[in-house]
Amino acid sequence: MAWTRDEMAARAAKELRDGFYVNLGIGIPTLVANYIPDGMQVTLQSENGMLGMGPFPYEGEEDADLINAGKQTITELPSSSYFSSADSFAMIRGGHIALSILGGMQVAQNGDLANWMVPGKMVKGMGGAMDLVAGVKRVVVVMDHCEKSGAPKLLKECSLPLTGAGVVDLLITELGVFEINRGKTSVKLLELAPGVTLDEVKAKTEAAFEVAI
Amino acid sequence: MAGKTRNDAADALAGLLFDGMTIMAGGFGLCGIPENLIGAIKESGVKNLTVVSNNCGIDGFGLGVLLESGQIKKMISSYVGENKLFEQLYLSGELELEFNPQGTLAERIRAGGAGIPAFFTKTGVGTLVAEGKEVRDFDGETYVMERGLTADLSIVKAHTGDAEGNLVYRKTARNFNPMMATAGKVTVAEVENLVAIGSIDKDHIHTPGIFVDRIVKGAVYEKRIERVTTRPREEKASA
Repeated sequence: MAWTRDEMAARAAKELRDGFYVNLGIGIPTLVANYIPDGMQVTLQSENGMLGMGPFPYEGEEDADLINAGKQTITELPSSSYFSSADSFAMIRGGHIALSILGGMQVAQNGDLANWMVPGKMVKGMGGAMDLVAGVKRVVVVMDHCEKSGAPKLLKECSLPLTGAGVVDLLITELGVFEINRGKTSVKLLELAPGVTLDEVKAKTEAAFEVAI
Repeated sequence: MAGKTRNDAADALAGLLFDGMTIMAGGFGLCGIPENLIGAIKESGVKNLTVVSNNCGIDGFGLGVLLESGQIKKMISSYVGENKLFEQLYLSGELELEFNPQGTLAERIRAGGAGIPAFFTKTGVGTLVAEGKEVRDFDGETYVMERGLTADLSIVKAHTGDAEGNLVYRKTARNFNPMMATAGKVTVAEVENLVAIGSIDKDHIHTPGIFVDRIVKGAVYEKRIERVTTRPREEKASA
C-alpha cells in the first residue's frame, strides 16, 4: 500500500526539528502542520508576512486581514509577528528559515526542481517558490511519484522550466523517500512505503538511483 | 503647505492619472488591497496601464475589475493563478505579463524606493528568470542582477493613518504596501481609519508620512476573503 496524502505529510513531518522556523507550501505540505510532534517547537512562516501561524479560525471568526500564502483564513498565536513582504523574503533569501517543504511537478537526479509552469498551458506564476528553494537551508519536496498519465516525475533531467537548479535535498512520494542531496551525490532510495516493491519504484522512476534502505 | 488629506478616492487621484502610466498596487491576493482607489481608477477610464502587484485580484474584484475593463496592458506579478480572465487574456496575447519571483519583486520595489538601481540575488539563477540578465559570482555562489523598480503612482492600503500620511497596517494586510509606498513618484494611501495627528504611537508607525503624498479614508470596505477556511467548534472542547 502506497502512502496516502496524510501519510506523506506525516513522513515529511519527521524532517522537523525542535526550534525550526519552517515554510510549508500549498497542498500536501500544508498538512505537515497537523503532524508536528507534541512538545516540539516549530514556528511556521507564511511568506505573505507572518511568523507563528495558528490553526484555521472557528466559523464566524475569519479575519480578512489574516491569511496565509494560500489565501486561506488563519489565526495568530501569542508568539506571532507580522512584517512586510520585503522582511519576509529577507528571512527566506537570507538563510534564516531552516526548512522548506513544497510540492513539485518534476524533480531531477541533479537536484533540479520544476513546479511553477507548463508552457502554453498553465500560467500561474512561481509565487515565492524560487526564493524559497534559493534561500532556505533544506528543501524537501513532497509530490506524487508519477503524473496522472503514468509518466515518471523523478527524472534524469527536468523537461519543464525550472524553479531552481540543484536545490532539492529530499523527495517524498507515495512510494518512498529519496535523498537527492542537491545532486551532489547519486540519488539514494532511503525508504519504501509499506507494501511497495523495489521493482515498482524502478518501473516508475526515470532517474538513476541507488538503494540505501 | 497644502494638506495631504483628500475627500474621496477620485479626489485623491485627481490630476495623477494618464494613459500608459505604471501603477504599483499593494496587497497579497485580496488582503490589504486599495479597493477604493482601484474603483476610482476604473471610473477614470485611464488605459494602457502597466500594473505592478503581486497578484491581479480575482474575477470581478480587486485588480480583476481593471482586467475586465481592458485598462491593463501589462502586469508585473509573481502569481496570477486565482484569475481565469487573466489566463485567457494572456494566452490570447491581449495582456503582457512579466513574472517575478515574489521575493525578487518585493526587493525590486524596496530597492527602487531606496534609490538602489540594481542588486544581486540567488533567486532564479539557472531558470528562465535569469535569462538575459547579468550573473556574477560572489564568495563561490552565482547571483543574478535584478533592477530596482519604481512607478509613476503607488496606491496602498493601511488600516490607520493620519493627515501627516503616517500609516499603520494590520496583520497580513501589510505585505507589499510599505515598500510600494516608498517606490511611487507619487503615493496615495487609503485607510480604514483616518485619525487625529498625534493619536498613533510614534514608535508604532510602519510607513512614515514622508512617503505618502495624499491620504483618503476609504468610503466602503468590502474586504472580501478569497478562501474562507475554518475548523469545527467541537475541537475547542476536545483540545
